Amino acid sequence: MLEIKNLHARIDDREILKGLDLTVNPGEVHAIMGPNGAGKSTLSYILAGKDDYEVTEGEVLLNGVNILEMEPNERATAGLFLAFQYPIEIPGVASMTFLRAALNAHRKARGEGDITTPDFMRLIKDTAAKLNISPEMLKRPVNVGFSGGEKKRNEVMQMALLQPSFAILDETDSGLDIDALKVVADGVNALRSPDRSFVVITHYQRLLNYIVPDFVHVLSAGRIVASGGKELALDLEKNGYAGYVQDAA
Amino acid sequence: MPAVQETIEQVSAIDVDKYKYGFFTEIESELSPKGLNEDIVRYISAKKNEPEWLTEWRLEAFRRWQTMAEPTWARVDYPPIDFQDLHYYAAPKKTPGPKSLDEVDPELLRTYEKLGIPLREQELLAGVEGAAQPRVAVDAVFDSVSVVTTFKKELAKHGVIFCSISEAVREHPELVKKYLGSVVPTTDNYYATLNSAVFSDGSFVYIPKGVRCPMELSTYFRINEKNTGQFERTLIIADEGSYVSYLEGCTAPSRDENQLHAAVVELVALDDAEIKYSTVQNWYPGDAEGKGGIYNFVTKRGDCRGRNSKISWTQVETGSAITWKYPSCILRGDNSRGEFYSIAISNGKQQVDSGTKMIHLGKNTTSKIISKGIAAGKSDNTYRGLVQIGRKATGARNFTNCDSLLIGNKCGAHTVPYIESKNASAVVEHEATTSKISDDQMFYCLSRGLGEEEAIALIVNGFVRDVLQQLPMEFMVETQKLIGISLEGSVG
Repeated sequence: MLEIKNLHARIDDREILKGLDLTVNPGEVHAIMGPNGAGKSTLSYILAGKDDYEVTEGEVLLNGVNILEMEPNERATAGLFLAFQYPIEIPGVASMTFLRAALNAHRKARGEGDITTPDFMRLIKDTAAKLNISPEMLKRPVNVGFSGGEKKRNEVMQMALLQPSFAILDETDSGLDIDALKVVADGVNALRSPDRSFVVITHYQRLLNYIVPDFVHVLSAGRIVASGGKELALDLEKNGYAGYVQDAA
Repeated sequence: MPAVQETIEQVSAIDVDKYKYGFFTEIESELSPKGLNEDIVRYISAKKNEPEWLTEWRLEAFRRWQTMAEPTWARVDYPPIDFQDLHYYAAPKKTPGPKSLDEVDPELLRTYEKLGIPLREQELLAGVEGAAQPRVAVDAVFDSVSVVTTFKKELAKHGVIFCSISEAVREHPELVKKYLGSVVPTTDNYYATLNSAVFSDGSFVYIPKGVRCPMELSTYFRINEKNTGQFERTLIIADEGSYVSYLEGCTAPSRDENQLHAAVVELVALDDAEIKYSTVQNWYPGDAEGKGGIYNFVTKRGDCRGRNSKISWTQVETGSAITWKYPSCILRGDNSRGEFYSIAISNGKQQVDSGTKMIHLGKNTTSKIISKGIAAGKSDNTYRGLVQIGRKATGARNFTNCDSLLIGNKCGAHTVPYIESKNASAVVEHEATTSKISDDQMFYCLSRGLGEEEAIALIVNGFVRDVLQQLPMEFMVETQKLIGISLEGSVG
């Protein structure tokens, strides 16, 4: 379970998060919505451990441990996963190689040896089939020349392989057509379980028709300004963020 | 601490401990007196029982060398070398020449075992039952002499000659006389001329007409003695319609003093012949402060003498304090093809000035240059290349791609391409990029659980993939690991 307490963070001299609180219990799916510049992506990067941000106050506990003290790779092997809004290209490194390296890093952290080639191939084949990913795509370099849909499916594929206990999906719906959206959402739904929780960051209510959240929060000017059930997303879709932004100001 | 920053610090802290071939073998050696003069040249020639013509050939080179000046155009910086303070010949006692394996000093065999070089043919053959075990014939050169060459008998069945150059001088004088110095003349350059005067050992390969060499050939060079220079000489001749793939590897003990390695490699490809020459150079690079390490001043050149011939150089350069090396192709035969694939990694205070020359003389000659330079620590990494299209080289084509990758902000990458075209029909393309490992790439890898060093090794291996694929399969995996070790502070 994840607890964010009074989180303040800035980049350069600009304060972006101004006392954010959020508790996500095991098995829950929380959606975070909000206008541009509210701090949604900042939150996801801070949770994953990107350098550019400075946390000035507050703490983030993953299963009781303050992850803000940990390196990004330690957070990953502790069970945290970030599906990137803009997945990064790594030229020359086949997706397969990358997946295997990531998987082995997790196994190593658990004190297990490297996965055998036959086991890995089987795992990849099964996972790829569920996400409608062609084996050809996995031979190509990581995210290089991938379409928007391929990149996002690749993120979900990594998540499915690494089996995190807590996953953040940062605008996973951006740039997806409706078919790709369904595939990605199905992939996420297949991973829902009582001991795995999700934070889904999105602009649009549309995604939440497919990944149905337990809670919806509105993030504005660095704080959660409203929380509710999935009906809150419908209200936002209809009436926009205007009312909430004013509240925050 | 920013992830990349920390990695840079780890990388710059790399030191001797990471160089796992730095041990010294206690073995009794026979050394020439220090210094260089005509008597030393005669001494070396006499040690090798050379015929008169070769002694004269060496002396002529020596006299020429005395009139020459050390080249200074390369982007490398080092204190003047005292050429009189070196031993020009060092050989383990008891092994006057390559004989059967049983006669080789067991201490030497243990050295090669430790280096991971298989010299016992039966061990090579006793691989996994039923599996097609790749076989590699090895010529092992220890300081100035070749100690053993494997698979000679089997190769002889195909008419392939693979032996030390000293043996070739004795057994195949007509071939040596015809081709030695025909690609790199004794007057070529300062270090090549020095090599011609004092060359010790190296490999000789002759592939007869129409023969596809049945296995990989390789030479493993080891510098062991202190205060010595290694001056190897390699000559490979691929007769009409033949094919050979050859690999060389090199290591040396870790020492505080610099050591000189000035080799000459000559390749000759006749009509329709193909030579694929791969190098994995891992000489001792010196410590993090730049103390010690090998000065690697090498002249390598291939002559595509025949029509439709092809010479391909692949090099992985991770070692040496200074590398000065430009494996080149003279594309003399019509339709001949030259290729140069290079990975040059510099770390610590290493200096690399390396590249190639593609000299297009024949019609419809083509060349391709793919160079990947990776600079880390406080190192300097320069690509220097020449593409020259002669007047008669109608229809010549060249494609060059030079990519540099910087790790950290204390290193330098430089690209110095020269293009000279005297034929209007020639097409010469040049692409170059310089990039850094981005923080985003590092963060992406880290967020998937990879450690910083694993991430760097993964990204760099991706960067050099086009070139890695050119290496013989057996060496690809090893090389990938070597790249990791060369760049990482705490792996290995």
